[in-house]
Amino acid sequence: MNANTAVHVPATIIASAPRIDRVMVEERAASFSKRSLKKASKVRGLRLAISMMDLTSLEGKDTAGKVEALCRKALRPLDRDPSVPSCAAVCVYPNLVPVAKRELAGTSVQIASVATAFPSGLSPLSIKLDDVRRAVDFGADEIDMVIDRGAFLSGHYAKVFDEIAATKEASGKAHLKVILETGELGSYDLVRAASDLAIAAGADFIKTSTGKVQPAATPGVVLVMLQAIADHYRKTGIKIGMKPAGGVRHAKQALAYLVMVKETLGDDWLSPHLFRFGASALLNDVLLQLEKDRLGVYHADDDFSRD
Amino acid sequence: MKDASQTTGSLFEFGSKWDYAPAPEARDWVKIQSRYELFIGGKFVAPHSGRYFPTISPSTEEVLAEVAEADDTDVDAAVAAAEEAQRAWIALRPGERSKYLFRLARAVQERSRELAILESLDGGKPIKESRDVDLPLVCAHLFYHAGWADKLDLAFQGRAYRPLGVAGQIIPWNFPLLMAAWKIAPALACGNAVVLKPAETTSLTALHLARICQEIELPPGLVNIITGAGATGAALASHPRVKKVAFTGSTEVGRRIQAATAGSGKKLTLELGGKAANIVFADAPIDQAIEGIIGAIFFNQGHVCCAGSRLLVEESVAGELIEKLKDRMRTLRVGDPLDKNTDIGAINSEAQLKTIEGLVKSGEEEGAERWSAPCELPGKGFWFSPTIFTGVTSSHRIAREEIFGPVLSVLTFRTADEAVEKANNTMYGLSAGVWTSKGSKSFWMAQRLRAGVVWANTFNKFDPSAPFGGLKESGFGREGGRQGLSAYVEIDG
Repeated sequence: MNANTAVHVPATIIASAPRIDRVMVEERAASFSKRSLKKASKVRGLRLAISMMDLTSLEGKDTAGKVEALCRKALRPLDRDPSVPSCAAVCVYPNLVPVAKRELAGTSVQIASVATAFPSGLSPLSIKLDDVRRAVDFGADEIDMVIDRGAFLSGHYAKVFDEIAATKEASGKAHLKVILETGELGSYDLVRAASDLAIAAGADFIKTSTGKVQPAATPGVVLVMLQAIADHYRKTGIKIGMKPAGGVRHAKQALAYLVMVKETLGDDWLSPHLFRFGASALLNDVLLQLEKDRLGVYHADDDFSRD
Repeated sequence: MKDASQTTGSLFEFGSKWDYAPAPEARDWVKIQSRYELFIGGKFVAPHSGRYFPTISPSTEEVLAEVAEADDTDVDAAVAAAEEAQRAWIALRPGERSKYLFRLARAVQERSRELAILESLDGGKPIKESRDVDLPLVCAHLFYHAGWADKLDLAFQGRAYRPLGVAGQIIPWNFPLLMAAWKIAPALACGNAVVLKPAETTSLTALHLARICQEIELPPGLVNIITGAGATGAALASHPRVKKVAFTGSTEVGRRIQAATAGSGKKLTLELGGKAANIVFADAPIDQAIEGIIGAIFFNQGHVCCAGSRLLVEESVAGELIEKLKDRMRTLRVGDPLDKNTDIGAINSEAQLKTIEGLVKSGEEEGAERWSAPCELPGKGFWFSPTIFTGVTSSHRIAREEIFGPVLSVLTFRTADEAVEKANNTMYGLSAGVWTSKGSKSFWMAQRLRAGVVWANTFNKFDPSAPFGGLKESGFGREGGRQGLSAYVEIDG
């Protein structure tokens, strides 16, 4: 690729991204929460949601002890009921990947690490790539990168594109999730454009948010991103994954997102291979609902382990 | 379920990996009488003829109740009761009239759930719509007009006005209670009394509204509900002491009513059929336009006079759009109207189902290509799969005649001028939709489309403050807003 096409291709992707109508997209997004999920379908949905969770702890005060607890919770979310599935992954900072690796080696739970100067992404590329390589060396199976929103909003699409492509390369066999930080993009048009750009640059998953910015995942934003994935699949036959993160705290929200996935992308995406929830508080609410269904009464909060 | 991509040609598999369990709305607590009488002068009275007809649930063919059939004598009694009530009504202070109407609005709002269930049972529409669209709009219309009742000086901007007397109102079966509210609320707010005839397949919600009128002690005779079929409606429309006729229904019946009232001095408003163009430009937000297309034609099984039944799509995006539209149609859930997850309910009557089937057959015979969403239809009741026709030309019957069912005719265009020409090339003029990301193009189109309402990047949006009505053979007169009020008064000067 010569220098001219390197700039031209990303610009074309942005220019040809479909426009989004805010009113109608929000109306459609809200409609999914009106599906009434009862009995067996509710239980199946809740279990599916657990199996799709990236159980996350991304705090400055995270310690080995905290991450060990997180890993055990991900592996066996409800101590008293081994039939509850494990979460899909834990998501931690690079320095804590070795701890997670120790706890989870040989299990189905994947280790995701944020990298690329998370959460701002405002560091030199070489540092970001080094961050990625270290996380992979430590044993991360999945890399959650952030895009450089400053570059994106100032029109430097090629810079964003190239960084994603370079990160993909640095990730090697690890799966790449690209965080758009939709709360900083300001419009559905730009959420769609950024989704198209990230997919074209090599994202395996696109992800809404770091969880450090409000608003994080909203139904409208997630629907726009799912539609970008649908259009890419129509054009290329390639299935990209989706991860809403931040703001999904309640079982009811999780079920509404699963309805959205089912009715927008179909059965293939109802799987942790193609859909994840980035969450911390969500798991206990889902467990609360599952136990309520089993016992007919609600448990107290403290009947579930915090981590 | 088989691999969807093999059986139906979709790239996506909208299958049963995670299915929704049945979620039926409980109906047992809604008391349906075995027999309903006429509501005249504030009382439920037996019909003069002694005749009753059954009303069934179109989703199961179960007989729900039998309903009185009003004849000329009953119509006469209802008009007499209304005349007497109107004299007392107009003698009240406007603020008192307003209070009664607010009380009616609140009572209907409190009983919304019951009325929504009844509407879905008797008419076949999904509970999701009767609960979330019909009833909220019913209440909005009642509240809106209650607010006008003591502010009519503002509505008519200082000009002298007087009520007409008795309004005879004949309403259709597609939005039974909503049409009742559209008719009754402005009439009462302007100081009139009404005799209302619901459609014979959907009388129940109007009769429960009558019960509410009784319970809140609305002055007897102000609202009279007479049930029956075409003959009852004809007797009402041609009654000499009815001063105003308001009709919503088919263009064919509207013509007969206009002929019958000609020269009688009666005021008349008609809200009739439609064959609306829903126009999608290549620069439209396509995924949202898909939602708009679905809502425009499949809302209420397509039993909507302003339905977007002709899709005009710019040729350069037609292929992509139709593929997406079909995928979206695969996710529509057709079935039990009382299931909260049902998107498309039952066709309102066997007669209407036959009309739809006849027109669909003509589309196939004239060479258009039919595609129906793959879905299992219940064994009993009246059902029709969501259907689109591609390769339709302007001369096909399915492009010209109102189907009034879940059937969309797709035509293409190349330029905006051609879109306008095709959209206006119809005997109707009720509504139109325009989908584009360019605001200026929306306005350019709206100026040129001959339709009573033009929606831009949305469809089927209603508000009591927005006047609604048609051009050409879609009728005349407006309902809603200040314009709607003026149909119920005589204005001096």
